[in-house]
Amino acid sequence: MALLDIKNLAVSIDESPILHSLSLTLEAGEILGVAGESGSGKTMTALSIAGLLPDRAKLSGEIVLDGVRLSSTTEEEYCDIRGRDIGIVFQEPMTALNPVMTIGKQVAETVRLHRKVGRGEAMRFARDTLDKVGLPGLKFPLDRFPHSLSGGQRQRVAIAIAIAMKPKLLIADEPTTALDVTTQAEILDLFKQLVVEDNIGLILVTHDLAVIAEIADRAVVMKDGELLDQGSITAVFRSTTQPYTKKLLESAVHVPVRNALREIGETPVLEVTNVVREYPGARRLFGRSEPIRAVDKVSLQIFANENVGLVGESGCGKSTLLRTILGLDRPQAGDVRVFGQQFPTENATEMRKLRRSIQVVFQDPFGTFDPRWRVDQLISENFHLLETQPAGKDARKKIDEILDRVGMKSSDADRFPHEFSGGQRQRIAIARALVTEPSIIALDEAVSALDLSIRARILDLLAELSDRLGVSYLFVTHDLSVVRSVTDRILVMKDGRIVETGRTEDVFAQPQDSYTIELLRAAPDLNRILSERADDQAASP
Amino acid sequence: MANVDTTSHAAQIKSDEHSAVTRRRSRMTLGFRIGLILVTAVVATALVSFVWTPYDVKGIDIASKLLAPSLLHPFGTDHFGRDVLSMIMVGARSSLAVALIAVGIGASIGAPLGLLAAARKDLVGETIMRGNDVIFAFPSLLMAVMISAVYGPGVVNAIIAIGIFNIPVFARVTRGAALSLWSREYILAARVAGKSSFLISIQHILPNLTGLLVVQAAIQFAMGVVAEAGLSYVGLGVQPPMPSWGRMLSEAQTMIGFAPWLAIFPGLAIMILVFSFGLIGDGLNDRLDPRIKRAR
Repeated sequence: MALLDIKNLAVSIDESPILHSLSLTLEAGEILGVAGESGSGKTMTALSIAGLLPDRAKLSGEIVLDGVRLSSTTEEEYCDIRGRDIGIVFQEPMTALNPVMTIGKQVAETVRLHRKVGRGEAMRFARDTLDKVGLPGLKFPLDRFPHSLSGGQRQRVAIAIAIAMKPKLLIADEPTTALDVTTQAEILDLFKQLVVEDNIGLILVTHDLAVIAEIADRAVVMKDGELLDQGSITAVFRSTTQPYTKKLLESAVHVPVRNALREIGETPVLEVTNVVREYPGARRLFGRSEPIRAVDKVSLQIFANENVGLVGESGCGKSTLLRTILGLDRPQAGDVRVFGQQFPTENATEMRKLRRSIQVVFQDPFGTFDPRWRVDQLISENFHLLETQPAGKDARKKIDEILDRVGMKSSDADRFPHEFSGGQRQRIAIARALVTEPSIIALDEAVSALDLSIRARILDLLAELSDRLGVSYLFVTHDLSVVRSVTDRILVMKDGRIVETGRTEDVFAQPQDSYTIELLRAAPDLNRILSERADDQAASP
Repeated sequence: MANVDTTSHAAQIKSDEHSAVTRRRSRMTLGFRIGLILVTAVVATALVSFVWTPYDVKGIDIASKLLAPSLLHPFGTDHFGRDVLSMIMVGARSSLAVALIAVGIGASIGAPLGLLAAARKDLVGETIMRGNDVIFAFPSLLMAVMISAVYGPGVVNAIIAIGIFNIPVFARVTRGAALSLWSREYILAARVAGKSSFLISIQHILPNLTGLLVVQAAIQFAMGVVAEAGLSYVGLGVQPPMPSWGRMLSEAQTMIGFAPWLAIFPGLAIMILVFSFGLIGDGLNDRLDPRIKRAR
């Protein structure tokens, strides 16, 4: 009998259906990957199993966990089951932990809730569990607080809490999305190890197909609350007949078609020389505090028509570098030049000209717009940088033109940003950057927050704009697959320095720096993983 | 076929969301309307009191003192035999004037100071906030005592005292919220567009703070009414024989056992005014937010 058996699960909130007759099974010691784009109902499925649906939700169908009918349990009974039989790990490790409680107490709390043991006993138990998730007692005593841990270590604590009672079922909802790729690889290894050691059934909910391909035994694909596809990894990822799954897989490894005749210019558009940015360090009672060097003598050049990727993990200084390049922060040493001119400069007219040539698109397509401004106002915000400022009908014509260029309608100009989807908002953000006809656009994780299929379309749009208008791009991102598919050259940043630079193909094929090698090995690459798995299967029939 | 189904299903969800929003919206508009009607009623009462009141508010009539509410005196009479209804009508003037002007002074000086302090994180911003702390250290009552000591008691000085007290309140609220807005990406985008911090403050920060400021104004308004009451009680606000809701309430304290109407009616008046400003504040907040579309 299967560990978890879901039959005809349907959930609706306020009469609107969220999940439609969903059926799936999970064996003990098995990893099931649940894939889908935002709004597909994958998180709702996880919440239904854990009995954590919002109060207004209505559930029908059957959920059976190891012989217990979860679909008809009361909240009190559920309190007993959660933590003991079902462990849950969420995306954000910082908010999942209580900041004022030591990690030992947080793990011990779960133990004491489900088992009548004394404090000392529970603490010993917590110690064992933390050891097990890779936080050894010597370096991670029980009295440490969450804030003194890194993101990956915090996620380990969250996992320790979830598995402390040796649950039969572990639900992980985007457990590695907020983590860097190297940390992600470690956490995925930990999951694999736990599943084998404790014979746990793991449901891994994620938008990242590569993560599922890497560790799951079986996968299901969801869309609009329906289960479209399920089966073994090879069945779903290699030989599916479902058009949606196919489209999703194509989007994940999408490479925009580029103009073969595109020529990279000879003179640099942007030139960064020995730039240094420091932040004041922790204050000391006596004596001077050591400043923290976020950007350490970085030099780079971007040529006309060139697409450059700047990759690195969180805290490597890439955002600080970007702010300096955009003229939002001044460098403490070194200089930034746009078309050979000092940037930023005191001369107001010159400054306007330079501002025109460098623009930016940020990560969060919603946060990047003033929520109280209409699209036409948002786009025309950059008009004041232009040589001649269009007014009245001309302004409107210009807005329509730019909207048309990014594939939006003229009528969209009268709407507010919240009325659009994420992909549309990102188009508007690109439209805004295009107003001044810039020579270079910096894209700060500009496609990271988007769903796979939308991401593919935005990348196409960017490629087309670059080919047509001759814009250079600086992709600042942690996502190596994006960088690989669209950039000509790549810069790898670590601890405020650029450790490796070279043509994208060369760096991916033959990384020189040890950090780059580590980064590339950790990054899940869907094609590589799938062929490896196929080889494994062929080797062990 | 499956495709058609999912599309209609998505449309269904959309329309449900839409109706939920409509329902919420109509409820908010109702509150806003009630608030508007009540405030208009109070303002009308204050205006009417200039030309007509049922009785003369200064007319002392010991013979008819402490009468319970009746047809002749709907709200009863006080210990001097003055008609409570007439006093409340006249009192509405000073309550409205003191609280509104004081909040106006506080917001119009405090909010720009807060914006400036948030935009300039250097010495200028620091100086503004420390200056605020100094003002904040004096309660409005103490401020009024000082001002009265110099310029003599009266309504105008009470307004100034409460107004000054409101400045740091608005400055702090504005600065705090503005600081968090400054780190938003759309502000970064505006900076990349080359906008000065002055323009960003006016075009982006301030409009996004309106909701907060309006709500704060409603709270400060309520406190203003109470502060006016307190000042009038110690003789620093509205001078007798001009009635004031606050002083009526304070004077009623000692007689609450045998003449409860003396406390109930001014109390109700204050409550209604504060409540209706709260409703208007909420309504304005929603109306000014384009994310909640208005039903037209």
